[in-house]
Formats: sequence, structure tokens, C-alpha cells
Amino acid sequence: MDMVSFKGIIFIIAALIAVAASVLMATRKNPIHSALWMIVTFFAMAVIYLLLNAQFIAVAQVMVYAGAIMMLILFVIMMVQMEKGGKGDPGETGRSAKTKVAGALITVILFGEMLFGALYYQMTGRSGDYPVAMVNSVGNVRTIGSLLYGQYLFPFEIASILLLVGIVGAVVIAKRKE
Amino acid sequence: MIEYVPILVLMCFAILIASIIVGASYLLGPRISNKTKLSTYECGMQTIGPTRMKINIRYYIIAMLFLIFDIEIMFLYPWAVVMGGLKLFGFVEMLIFVIILFIGYIYVWRKGALEWE
Amino acid sequence: MEQIVSMIGWKTAKTIAGLVGVLIFVVFNALILTWAERKVAGHMQRRIGPKEVGPYGLIQPIADALKLLGKEILTPRAVDRPLYFLAPILIFVPVLVSFIVIPFDASLQVKDINVGILVILAFSSLSVLSILMAGWGSNNKYALIGAIRSVAQNIAYEIPLLLALLPVIMMTNSFSLKAIVEAQKGLWFVFYQPLAFCIYFIASVAETNRTPFDLPEAESELVAGYHTEYSGMRFALFFLAEYTNIFIVSAIAVTFFLGGYQGPFLPGIIWFLLKSYLLVFVIMWLRWTFPRVRFDQLLNISWKALIPLAFINLLLTGGLLKL
Repeated sequence: MDMVSFKGIIFIIAALIAVAASVLMATRKNPIHSALWMIVTFFAMAVIYLLLNAQFIAVAQVMVYAGAIMMLILFVIMMVQMEKGGKGDPGETGRSAKTKVAGALITVILFGEMLFGALYYQMTGRSGDYPVAMVNSVGNVRTIGSLLYGQYLFPFEIASILLLVGIVGAVVIAKRKE
Repeated sequence: MIEYVPILVLMCFAILIASIIVGASYLLGPRISNKTKLSTYECGMQTIGPTRMKINIRYYIIAMLFLIFDIEIMFLYPWAVVMGGLKLFGFVEMLIFVIILFIGYIYVWRKGALEWE
Repeated sequence: MEQIVSMIGWKTAKTIAGLVGVLIFVVFNALILTWAERKVAGHMQRRIGPKEVGPYGLIQPIADALKLLGKEILTPRAVDRPLYFLAPILIFVPVLVSFIVIPFDASLQVKDINVGILVILAFSSLSVLSILMAGWGSNNKYALIGAIRSVAQNIAYEIPLLLALLPVIMMTNSFSLKAIVEAQKGLWFVFYQPLAFCIYFIASVAETNRTPFDLPEAESELVAGYHTEYSGMRFALFFLAEYTNIFIVSAIAVTFFLGGYQGPFLPGIIWFLLKSYLLVFVIMWLRWTFPRVRFDQLLNISWKALIPLAFINLLLTGGLLKL
């Protein structure tokens, strides 16, 4: 089996599913249905991460995003009761011009960044410090582990403080609502 | 990458088989429906009020805490797998990470967010 | 060149055989467990359980399955159709996928993926979504309350479960289930990590929604919990997923703490199944021994006892390994 074309086919399928599911997510009227299409998008993204030899990111994508974050989103939807025509229905009022502009801007910036990243390495022929062959020989999780607890120690400790802020924030918001 | 193909195949298989089971039962089983039979079950009574009631905010706190601990554990897993190669320092940095989060845990406990009455 | 091609062909053939084997095993396991559940329940209450259909009532589960197949599939009017249809089908996916990485014997494993345990954990965290879909989609008060309770319970016990597996990974420095079993050639990890094993086992009983943690399906208050509105084969799919899940959590416990397929005299697969079904029996035993816990107790056990204990155990293991 020709591995390159096989990977190419899988990539195209996963990418098409991701795009289609995110379009469906944005256009559904029922917020719960939107949330479910988002899960499909996350899954397609996980497949793309696998194609890039990023197994750990793929697993984290499924576990944290498709599992934990989606569950939180569904809980919040159920809590504020965003039923069609209900009090919290964002139908007309929620999408103001400001949010539209901000959304478009973020999309353009992210797309530009992605294009730059792809083209930069393509044109200059440079590769990153950790090429695929090397990562695969050590193992993806092992590479992440040794980098995270060596070179990137400081950002890692900062992450714990961020999570701490998240805990405190959740409790404060919930206590105020009660 | 190739070792993940069975997962995709089995996912498709699972959906297919479950659909076949339901489909077969749909074809084999009787379908005699009437209005009462298709109404929502509420112990044989007329349903009262909206079904989708607001859920308690405590569930939200629990979900939020779960998310944060889940992310923390995602950091712990790569650490556990490289631990053999790390020095004592590697353990100390994880100790600091866990202690910072434990402060958050104690805060939540003290604030009574874990209490249910 | 030809040799390589034939080797790849052989490997693919082996994987396909493995996938088919998994499917057969899942059905077989569910049939055995429904029978065993009723037999165990019977004998614990000084009854004999099913006995009419076949020797010792062994054909009973097949008769039940056929009966369910002929039952009417109801779709109540008020349901949210896409969600209601999808939930029982999707609950089936995570439980099947977990089988791919479980090593039944030294060479009896569909695929030894190097992030094996992470694949199982990631997929099992998805069953929560199907439960929420079922509960919300049914448009029924009991179903919704059952689903929300179930999710709160599942997420509360997932953290100690994840933390209890970490010390073993620290000791073996690997995510591959096979490597973890191989590392237990000498002494099983349950002897190094008795606390982690207890935490894992309690958390996994809660994860499978079994008594004493069966609040999502508490018959006396919630009818049948999140699958109240499901009938016929759709209901059977939830049931099948639940029984498969019971086997999977036991199999992971065996792999991580009880030496997997390692054992003297008998072949590995026998040891593996023996140990797994012993744990399944313990889970059934618990059901007829303990009363159901209250909801606040349920969450307190996890958040106030299991999670701190698991953290302390983790840090102690880390400290001992480094000092």
C-alpha cells in the first residue's frame, strides 16, 4: 500500500468532515445539536493530529475537548435553557455586528498564521527541531514529557497557576449566582 | 499512524452493528401505536410542567472542577511516563505543580462548593 | 520484497481476525454476564435463578435476546429524534474500541498501541455524552434527572480513576498495556500499590453505575434513569454497553494490578479471563451486599476522600521512586 496517498486520502476525508461539521454547527438552531456537531469536528481534528504523528495531542483532543469541555458546554446549555424561542435564544439579538466583526477578524488572523507556518517551512526547506523520524523513535508522549519538564519548565508551572485561577473563578461565579 | 486504523474501523463497525440491531428489531417487532402509548412516560399521569427544568448550579461547579482536574491529569500523564529518566528535580517540579492546584482544591472545599444538602 | 508484502498481508489478516474476535467476544460476554448476574443474585438470596431454558438455564439469555428482538420499538412523540436515535448507537462505540488494546494473552491483542491506556481512557470519557444525549433527547423528567446524575457521578469518579492508574505508569514508564503486564513478571503491582488498586476498583464500580453507586438508574425513584423512554433493542443496546463496560473495567484492573495474563501452569488467556471474571463476580457480589448511597455521600466519597488519597498515593510513589 502506498502510504503517502493513503495518508492523503484520510486527511482529505477528515478535513472535509471537520469543515462540514463546523458549518453545520454554526447553522443549527438548536444549541444542543450545535454542540453535537462540534464533537464531530473535534473527532475529525483528532484524526488530523494523528496524521501529523501527534498521538498525545490527538488523545488529549478527544479526552479534554470531546469529553470534558463538551460535557461542560452541554451542562451550561441545559442550565440556561437556551431552547428555541426561549429567554436565552441568541437567534436575533445575540449576534450583533461587533461579534460578527470580531469573529471574522480572528478567523483571518488564524488562517494567516497557519498559512505562514506551512509556507515558511515549505519555502525555506527548514524543518523544526523535532522532525517526525526523531519523535517517532523516542515516542510522541515521551518527547512531550521530556520537553515539558526540561526546556519548558516555567510555562508548565505557569499553567498550574492558570488552572488555579480557573478553579477560583468557577467558585466565585457560581457563588454569586446562588 | 497505521496502528490507529483498527480504531477507526471498529468505530464504524460499532455504529453499523448497532444500527443493524435496531433496524432488524424495527422490521421484526410489531408496530401498533396509539396516542397514549406515544405520550411521554410519567407514571401514567398527564405530564406536568416543562420537562427540561433548570438544573442546579452545583452541577456546573462540579463540571468545572472536573475539567480543571482533567487538564491537570493530562499534564501528569507525560510526566509519569518520562519519570524514570528525570532526576529528583523532576519530581520537585511536579510537587510544586500539584501543590499549587491543591491550594485551589482546599479553597473550593473551604468555600463549601463541595457541599450538597 | 515479496516477503515484506506477505508479512504486511499477514499482519492485516491478524488485525481483521482480531476485530471479528472482539465482536464475537462482546456478544458472548454480554450473554454470559446477564446469565451470571441472575444466577449470582439467585444464589445470594437462596433461590436458584433461571433453570428452565437449557441446562442450568444457560440458554436463558439467548431466549431473552430473541424476545427483545421481537418487541416493539417505541418512539414517543415528544422526543428530539436525532438525539434519541443516536444515543443508543453511540454508547456502543467507546466500549468496543477499548477492546483493541486489551492484551488477552502475550500474543492475543488486536493492536499494541504505544499510548494504549490513553486510548481507553479517552474513549470511555465519551460515554457520558451518549448518556446526556439519551437523557435530553427523551424529553422525559426521569430520563433527564437520571442523565444529569449519571454525568455528575461519572465525572466525579473519573478523576480518582485516572489518578489511581498513574502510579503504575510511573513504575513501568510505559502506556502500552502489554509492557505493563510484562513488567509484572515478578510481583503483581497490587502488592506495591494496594491503595491505588482499591481506589481504582471503587471508582470503576461507580463509573459503571453499579450498586451501591446506581443512582442514575435508581428504580425506586427514577424508574429506569436515562433509558426510561427506550424499548426493545434500543434498550438492549444500553444494557449491552453496560455489561461490556463491567468487563472492561475488570480487565483493566487485571492488566494494571493483577498481572494480566501472567500465571503458572495454565495458558495466559485462561488466567486473564479467570482473574477478570473474578473481579466481575466481586462487582456483582457488591450489588447484593450494600445498600445504595445517597447522592451527597456519593459525591463526597469521591471529592473528599478518593481524590486526596489518590494524590497522596501518587506523590508518595513518586517520592519513593526518586529517593
